Amino acid sequence: MKDGEFGSNSPIRVGGVERVTGAQRYVADLRFENLLHLKLVHLNCAHARIKSIDVNDALKVEGVHGAVTTADLPQPVPRFGPAVMDWPLLAVNETKFFGEPVAVVAAETAGAAEIGASVVKVDYEELPAVLSIDDALNPEMPLVREPELRPGDKLANTNIFKEWNLGHGNIEEAHSAFVLEHTYCFPMVTHFAIEPHAFIAAPDDDGVTIWSANQHPFVLQKVVAATFKWPLSRVRIIAPDPGGGFGGKGWPLYEPLLAFLALKFKRAVRLVLTLEETFQNVRRASARAHVRSGFDTEGHLTFQDVSTDYLIGAYAAVAPRVVSKGSYVAGGPYLCPNVKIRARAIMSHTTPSTAFRGFGTPQGSWGVESQLTEAAARLGIDPVEIRRRNLPKYREEFIPNTTPCDGNWFQVLETAADHIGWHAPLAKHCGRGIALGVKSSSTAASSQAMVRMLFDGSVLILTGTSDMGQGARTVYTQLASRELGVPNDRIRIVMGDTNVVPFDNSTSASRSTVFMGNAILSACRDLKSKFQRLLAKELDVTADEVSVGSGDVKIPGRTMSVPEALKVCLPTRGEIIGLGTYSNPPVQGHPIGAHPSFWEFNAVATEVEVDPETGTVQLIKLVVVSDVGEALNPRQVEVQDEGSAIMGLGHSLMEHMVLDGHGRIVNLGALDYRIPTIKDIPLTLESVLIENGDGPGPYGSKGVGEGGLLSIAAAVGAAVNQAAGVSIRDLPLTAERIWSAIQERRQKENQNEHAGQLEQLANAE
Amino acid sequence: MIATPAQPVTIRFTVNGEPCSAKVLPHYSLLDILRNHLGLTGTKECCLQGECGACTVLLNGRAVDSCLVFAVEADEGEVLTIEGLGSKGKLDALQTAFLESGAVQCGFCIPGMLLAAKYLLTTNPHPTKAEIQDGLAGNLCRCAGYYRFIEGVLAAAEANP
Repeated sequence: MKDGEFGSNSPIRVGGVERVTGAQRYVADLRFENLLHLKLVHLNCAHARIKSIDVNDALKVEGVHGAVTTADLPQPVPRFGPAVMDWPLLAVNETKFFGEPVAVVAAETAGAAEIGASVVKVDYEELPAVLSIDDALNPEMPLVREPELRPGDKLANTNIFKEWNLGHGNIEEAHSAFVLEHTYCFPMVTHFAIEPHAFIAAPDDDGVTIWSANQHPFVLQKVVAATFKWPLSRVRIIAPDPGGGFGGKGWPLYEPLLAFLALKFKRAVRLVLTLEETFQNVRRASARAHVRSGFDTEGHLTFQDVSTDYLIGAYAAVAPRVVSKGSYVAGGPYLCPNVKIRARAIMSHTTPSTAFRGFGTPQGSWGVESQLTEAAARLGIDPVEIRRRNLPKYREEFIPNTTPCDGNWFQVLETAADHIGWHAPLAKHCGRGIALGVKSSSTAASSQAMVRMLFDGSVLILTGTSDMGQGARTVYTQLASRELGVPNDRIRIVMGDTNVVPFDNSTSASRSTVFMGNAILSACRDLKSKFQRLLAKELDVTADEVSVGSGDVKIPGRTMSVPEALKVCLPTRGEIIGLGTYSNPPVQGHPIGAHPSFWEFNAVATEVEVDPETGTVQLIKLVVVSDVGEALNPRQVEVQDEGSAIMGLGHSLMEHMVLDGHGRIVNLGALDYRIPTIKDIPLTLESVLIENGDGPGPYGSKGVGEGGLLSIAAAVGAAVNQAAGVSIRDLPLTAERIWSAIQERRQKENQNEHAGQLEQLANAE
Repeated sequence: MIATPAQPVTIRFTVNGEPCSAKVLPHYSLLDILRNHLGLTGTKECCLQGECGACTVLLNGRAVDSCLVFAVEADEGEVLTIEGLGSKGKLDALQTAFLESGAVQCGFCIPGMLLAAKYLLTTNPHPTKAEIQDGLAGNLCRCAGYYRFIEGVLAAAEANP
C-alpha cells in the first residue's frame, strides 16, 4: 500500500522487525550496573496473622544485601491504589491473599535473593479465609477489611465493598408472558500474559525512575507520587512495550514498594515475577449473576432484573470500577422498558481482581445472552430473530440519557448469522449459537499528543500510549503519514516515558485509536497551521496561500520540498511542534462518570460438535463480527478480534483458577492452568469488520480488540446446548461438566422411559 | 544452613555460529546462560516448566525448551537462538512471513515460536495445517495469533524445495 492510505491494506507492524529478531527489549531484558535483585517472601496460605519475621538467616546468605519487612517500612505503612489507597507495600499484621508478600530480600544476584527469601522465617497463625461469595456473605466468616479502615462506610461490618443500583423503568409494572430466572457463574481466570510482570526502580536525583511493563504510565506516576506524597515531577515512569497486557498490566502492583527500596538502598532494584506469582497478583473478578428476564409473546424483553455479585480480592485495586462499568451494560445492547441492575463488589481473601479485557462485561453477558437464547426456544422463534426484535436502531437510546446506539447493530448480527450459515442443516452432535456483546468504551478521559517536525522534515510523535501488541505505533504512524504527507519510514513514535511524552489517561477500554488517534490528528493539524503561518510570514504571503501536508510545500508560483520550506521558515534551525488534545468531558451524576465515547459492539456465532462420550467440544467454525467504524489497519483489527475470541474460549471452555481450603491456587502455573493453544483453535475462524464510518475516532473509526470475548461464552453455551441437549450455567464448559450433564440427562431420560414402561404395564394390567 | 555450592565448570559451545565459553554451575539452565551470561535476551523467560515455549532454541538442530536444559548439556553443542535466525541483515523466510501474516502482536512469544517453526520446517519442509499445529503445540501465545502462525509457516514453506 502507499503510505498514508487506509482501508484496503495494512502496513507491516511498526516494531515488528524488532519482535521477530529478538531485538525488542522488554523490561526483564534491560541490563543495569550495580543492581539489586529482589525476591518476595510469602506464606503458604491466604489469610494468616503474622506473629514474627526473622530475616537473620537470609542476611547470612552470600550475596544478600538486605531484607525488608513491614516493620522496616515508614509507619503507618504507605498504601496505594488507583481509587482507594488500601493496598499496603507489604502485608500489615496479616496476609489477606495467597501470595501477599510479608518481606522482600534484596541480593546481588537473583539466585541469592531466591535462596535468601526461602530461609526467611515467618511465625504465623493461619486464619479462616473468605474464598467465595458464600463465604463472604456468611456472618460467621471474618471480615476481609478491618472496619476501622472504612470510617463512615455503612458496609464496614460486611465483606461487601460497595453496592451499585442502576436501571430504569419499574420491573414490578412489567407485563410478561413468561419469565426466565437462572443463576450463572463466571470463573476466576488469570491474564497469563506470556511476559511475566517485571519492574525496575532506581533513585534519580531527589526522586525515582521506574521501569514497568505498564499500560498506564501516568496512572502509575500518579499512584506512586500519591503513595509517598511527592509531586508528580519526582516520579518518572518508563514503560517499555508490555509483552501482553490484557488489563493485567494496567494498575500498580509492586512499583511503590520498589520505589521505596530503591531510595532505601540507594541502588537500582529489580523484581521479575514468576508466572506463578503473576497468577497470585492479577486475575479477573469471578461472578455469580442471578438473572430474571421477562418476555412478551413476541419475544420482546419486558424487563430485566440482573443481580450480580463480583468476587473481588483482598484489596480494591481497580475492581470497583470494573464492577460499576461492567454492570452499567448488564442489560445488554437491548431495548427494554424496565431494567433493574444490582451489582456488588464482594471482598475475599484472594488475589485482588483487576482490569481484564472486557472489563466486567463478559461476566454479565453470559447470563443475559443465554436467557435470550432460551426465550427464543421457549417461543419457537429464531435466536437471531429474538435479538433483532430487541436491538435498538442507529441513534436510538438503549440506556436512557447516555450515548445511544452508534452503529448498525442489525448489520453486525445478520453478518454473523450469514457467515456461520445459520440456517444450514446441522450434522449429528452439532449445534450453533449466537450472542451479542456491548461494552462501554472510555468515559471521562483525555489524551494529549505532541508531534515534532524536525529540521529535515522527519517526524517524531510523542504519545503516552503503551504498545502492548494492539499495534498503536503502526496506526499512529499511518495517521501522521496521511495528515502530514510524510512517508511512514520518516516517522518515529516515542512512547512510554512520562518525562518525555505528554499526558495520556491510559491504554485501556479500546480507547487509544479514538482518543490518542484524534489527539495526534489534532497535533498534526496544529503543526501544519504553524508551518503555514511561519512560511507565510517569511515569504510575505497569507497563511491560506501556503499548502502543506501533501508532500511538497506549495505557495502561489512556487513549489518547495519540505526540508527547503523548513529552512525558509526556521533560518536559525529548529523544529515545528504541534500539540493536540482529545477529551471526553465528565458528566455530573452519570453512573459511570461520563457518556461512553462509543460502544464496542460485537457478534459471535459458532458451530460446535460435542462428543457425547467424552464431553469434549470441537469448534467447527467461529465467526466474530465487530462494528469498527473504519478499520485503519484491517489486518491488525482482524487479529485483535481473533485473539480476543480465542482468549474468550479460555474462560468459556477450560480456564478456571481452583482454590483449596487454605486459599492456595491449586492449578498454579502453566502445567495445570490451561489456556488455549494452537491445537484448541476452531477449525475455521472468520473475523469480519463492519465499516460504516460512524465512530468518533479518526476517519470514523471506533476502538476494537475486546469485542471477540464479550459474549463468546453465551454463543458457545448455546451451541453446546443444541449439540448435546444440556444447559450448563457454570463456566467454563469443561468436558467433565458437559459429560456429567449428558449422563444426568440420560439418566433422567432412562428413568422417564422406565417410568413410562411401568405406567404402560400398569395400564395394561 | 545452605549447602556449599558446587564448583563451576567451563563449557564450550557455539551460539549462532560463534564459539563461546561460559563458567557455569551444574544447575544453571541453558536459558540462564543465554540471557544472563551471554546477553542474548531475545530468548524469553516465562513459565520455567517447559510448558509455554517462550524459551525455545535449537540445540544441535533440535527445538528444546532452554529452561529445561542444563547449560552443561550444551557443552560442545551448537545453539541457535532468535538472534541467529536469518543471515546478517536478511530476515529468514519465517520472520518475513510472520510479519506479513500479522502473526506478530505483543511479540513476547515470537522468538520461541519462530524457532519451533524453524525446527518444524527443517524436519518437514511442507507441513500440513495439522502438522503445523502439532509442531507449534508447545508454544503459547496469549495474543492468540495462532491462525497467523499457521499462515506464516505455510507461506515460508512455499519457498522450500
